[in-house]
Amino acid sequence: MTGKLLSLAIWLPILAGLVVLATGGDKRANVARWLSLIGALAGFLVTIPLYTGFDMLNGGMQFVELKPWIESYNINYHLGVDGISMWFVLLNSFTTLMVVLAGWQVIEQRVGQYMAAFLIMSGLINGAFIAQDAILFYCFFEAMLIPMYLIIGIWGGPNRVYASIKFFLYTLLGSLLTLVAFIYLYYQADGSFAIADFARLPLGMTAQTLILVAFFFAFAVKVPMWPVHTWLPDAHVEAPTGGSMVLAAITLKLGAYGFLRFALPIVPDACRQYAWVFVLLSLIAVVYIGLVALVQTDMKKLVAYSSISHMGFVTLGFFMFAGGTQMNSFAVEGALIQMISHGFVSAAMFFCIGVMYDRVHSRKIADYGGVANKMPIFASFLMLFAMANSGLPGTSGFVGEFSVILGAVQVNFWYAVAGATTLIFGAAYTLWMYKRVIFGDVANEHVAELTDVNKREFLVLAVLAVTVLGMGLYPKLFTDVMHVSVNDLIWHVSQSKLH
Amino acid sequence: MDMKTIYLLIPLAPLFGALVAGLFGWAIGRRAAHTVTIAGVAVAFALSAYVLKTLVDGGANFNGTVYTWMTINGVDLNVGFLVDKLTAMMMCVVTFVSLMVHIYTIGYMQEDPGYQRFFSYISLFTFSMLMLVMANNFVQLFFGWEAVGLVSYLLIGFWFKRPTATFANLKAFLVNRVGDFGFLLGIGLVLAYFGTLDYAEVFAKAPALKDATINLFPSATWSLMSVTCILLFIGAMGKSAQFPLHVWLPDSMEGPTPISALIHAATMVTAGIFMVARMSPLFELSDTALNFVMVIGAITALFMGFLGVIQNDIKRIVAYSTLSQLGYMTVALGASAYSVAVFHLMTHAFFKALLFLAAGSVIIGMHHDQDIRNMGGLRKYMPITWITSLIGSLALIGTPFLSGFYSKDSIIEAVHESHLPGAGFAYFAVLAGVFVTAFYSFRLYFRVFHGKEQWMLNHDAHQHHDDHADEEVSADHHHGLGPNDKPHESPWVVTLPLVLLAIPSVFIGAFGIASMLYGHFFDGVIFVNAELHPGMEHLKEEFRNAAAMGVGSFTHAPFWLALAGVVVAWFFYMKRPDIPAAIQAKTGPINTLLENKYYMDHIYINGFAAFGRALGTVLWKVGDVLMIDGLLVNGSAKVVGFFSSVVRRLQTGYIYHYAFAMIIGALVLVSWWVFRILHSL
Repeated sequence: MTGKLLSLAIWLPILAGLVVLATGGDKRANVARWLSLIGALAGFLVTIPLYTGFDMLNGGMQFVELKPWIESYNINYHLGVDGISMWFVLLNSFTTLMVVLAGWQVIEQRVGQYMAAFLIMSGLINGAFIAQDAILFYCFFEAMLIPMYLIIGIWGGPNRVYASIKFFLYTLLGSLLTLVAFIYLYYQADGSFAIADFARLPLGMTAQTLILVAFFFAFAVKVPMWPVHTWLPDAHVEAPTGGSMVLAAITLKLGAYGFLRFALPIVPDACRQYAWVFVLLSLIAVVYIGLVALVQTDMKKLVAYSSISHMGFVTLGFFMFAGGTQMNSFAVEGALIQMISHGFVSAAMFFCIGVMYDRVHSRKIADYGGVANKMPIFASFLMLFAMANSGLPGTSGFVGEFSVILGAVQVNFWYAVAGATTLIFGAAYTLWMYKRVIFGDVANEHVAELTDVNKREFLVLAVLAVTVLGMGLYPKLFTDVMHVSVNDLIWHVSQSKLH
Repeated sequence: MDMKTIYLLIPLAPLFGALVAGLFGWAIGRRAAHTVTIAGVAVAFALSAYVLKTLVDGGANFNGTVYTWMTINGVDLNVGFLVDKLTAMMMCVVTFVSLMVHIYTIGYMQEDPGYQRFFSYISLFTFSMLMLVMANNFVQLFFGWEAVGLVSYLLIGFWFKRPTATFANLKAFLVNRVGDFGFLLGIGLVLAYFGTLDYAEVFAKAPALKDATINLFPSATWSLMSVTCILLFIGAMGKSAQFPLHVWLPDSMEGPTPISALIHAATMVTAGIFMVARMSPLFELSDTALNFVMVIGAITALFMGFLGVIQNDIKRIVAYSTLSQLGYMTVALGASAYSVAVFHLMTHAFFKALLFLAAGSVIIGMHHDQDIRNMGGLRKYMPITWITSLIGSLALIGTPFLSGFYSKDSIIEAVHESHLPGAGFAYFAVLAGVFVTAFYSFRLYFRVFHGKEQWMLNHDAHQHHDDHADEEVSADHHHGLGPNDKPHESPWVVTLPLVLLAIPSVFIGAFGIASMLYGHFFDGVIFVNAELHPGMEHLKEEFRNAAAMGVGSFTHAPFWLALAGVVVAWFFYMKRPDIPAAIQAKTGPINTLLENKYYMDHIYINGFAAFGRALGTVLWKVGDVLMIDGLLVNGSAKVVGFFSSVVRRLQTGYIYHYAFAMIIGALVLVSWWVFRILHSL
């Protein structure tokens, strides 16, 4: 069975999704709900052995599955996880479980389809994180957009068409360029699509630069990095709560993961050469987007901008080369922790906004005030997540930013100065929003009618709270598994691939 | 029980209380909530006292890891304790004041609906503060540092319905974050150059890096130690409310009075002082940093004292007094008199907590009127509060033989001995500060406890201070005495802590000075380079004993300055109340400057904060919406649209058009192929 764990992680949720889809219309909505919950839970449970059975001393791929798929082009069904991607499989399966619970009663129409879309997407995203064959990765990477389009398009807000088109424009170009890059690499590697073969390939500087540009368009849009970020706030605003949770917690991570799995190992010399561009864009994301987040009037937009700012730390961590050659362990591991933590915290923040939206049907900060009077339990949870979003020590939000800043000081003091402004901006936009929404006297009759969280909401909030605190108090649990893989990566990237 | 278990139990006992009261307060009720939290803090205090006694009796220091928080690149970031005499003393001060405040809170908060929540918060604070002082590394220090900031934020905004409270707590958090910004960069430099964040290892490596330099600008080379220490000190400026990051502390008085005593007077705000004393092996290596520390402290000590003179809110007067006293401690740090700073920290913790709790008792007695102009003659109605307040005030102004005298006089002497460039100004500031302190303290004292009973005279003229003008919205307070009300002494849970705090306020100075300043108490804990900074060595030669120091003070300037301050206050407010009014009228511009608190808030709110929002709006509306979306995204959409409209004309739908295009294409391909073959021949 352990030999098929990764296949299970992909196909079990997809299968569950198809079963849920088969329940038909909303007459059997409850059946659909319970089936989805069972599917999501099973999907999460099968990923746990990936952690418990993980060999921490092995930096290579584990749980590998390798079967021919399209033999004429040597495309393989090649799966595997290392200490880095394993976390995102777990995070994704965990988030799916939260999303199913989050949409439980909130979604009233096309329940089966809604749940099925998330389950199928969960399997596809796992596939993207697990795939060790470039074409297999590409298929999953593209296919997962379809359920996301549907989720925004069907259960989304009024301006969903604009959001989808914008997203489409952003992604189309980059994805195609990446495919071209893959095909080029395929010929260079004498007919192999294995990512590991790509990573071993010697490449000239011009080729590396062009490939980096192709990767940049595909992955920077996903992260999203400034200035290709403007699709995200729109997509979030239009997406239903569950969609926002997955979007922020998982799909953004795919972009960062792409840089780590493809750009850095395959074209390390180009990455080193143009690292300053990435650092610059990341720091712009931290500072510029931090300021933009400050003046948002829509809670979802605010958290969306805060996501961009937090993801800036991820790309900053990946692309800081000490002395121009060596990636920094603190920065890289910090960036990875930031990715995982942001998965929990942003999912929690979007869920909290969803809880309020379900009651008041507004995302405007101005429509709230004094929520704590009516929803004290909710207010306490949101306080915790707001603090995690502000990077308070003891929460997961602190660990990643702290490590990246520590790494930045070692590389270039001024990177650290610019990055550390998040201490001020992050707290300012998050807590100012908290103040206006939660504190104060009851602001209007909508707030006066609020009821505190129900058991289902409490469960989601409590699970996320425990995770956020647990990761903040004992991050070693997460980092120890990464060390070998990260060290291998750092060593690999420090080697030149030029002829 | 082995010692490590005891060290663990000390912070965990209050944490347990906080969790029980916080998570299950709704189920267990008020009595159980305060019982469990008080028990937790009492256990922590008893064990802290035991630890201190063990250390004083010659027990060994403890420096060990509890668990490894995270390991990156072979560097262990730990949660661990360093327990030496400095730590033990801080633990005792924190847990003792916390215990007093817990007991006091039973009386002060008895009508408040958030009773359990409040107990949970103050126990959580005690836990955080203990983690801060017991840390043996920078990571845990930073954890405690921010955790106390969090609890402070929660408690300032405890009455979250009041707009002023939620404004004040956000302000406090953000200003502290500005300090933490520097602090974090300082920690980053420590890791980058020392390769570890463990105190002992860092201190051991420090002398070797004494002359290390750092290039922050291409042309300028700076001393690593100076940059690191100044950055760390910026953190202290936030937490310990030093100019220009002091602005949050007066506003923090929006929180309930017990936490003003615990957090914003006795413990949290002294974290910065403690941190610098802990880092003495680093600060000793940089005179630049020490000079910076001293000047900042001197500015705070003097100019914040001036602001105390014109305030009328009883809590704000004490708050400005706290700012000024924190400045004194900082000046002592700058003068390399770390032990004196810590000594003043300790004495100040007792008498300032006492003064705040007494102010709270007065506020209860006055039915939540905080304006001293409405008070007067309260000594008849609140005798215990009166006597304890008098003791606290006398200790604060440095009356010989009381605790504040020993610590403050030592600071003044230490500054006098310092040879740093800023010492002249600092010496003037701390001397002038003595007069100012005595004046505002006894202005408060006389107006509250002596003189005419203003609350009897002008019921109609009750002017609640402006910040509470919106008080009607909050249900938790009725304001001021009614026409037939008289002030009354507070219940025993309130007065008992006053008495228990008054005892150390009197005696702890005389009791502690010989060993803490001139004995071996801080040996191996606080490091002073006696060759470069011989001030404390000189003072040690002059010091005989506490009694002699007290007697000797009558021939020194500080005593007479303090006396002058008291006499002037008495004359102005008891004899000739027309004089202060006349002075106020004559010195218009200065008075305006003081009433606007040097316009610092104005600069921050209308300057930095408004600029940040304006910049954010510009970046959003112009950068994101206009440039990126407008030009790039929608622009490329239009370009695509344009080309597709051109291409669309080719898609006519007629088969013969397509067939024609196909033939042309095939022809081109074939010709190209033929051409290639011909060419290769």
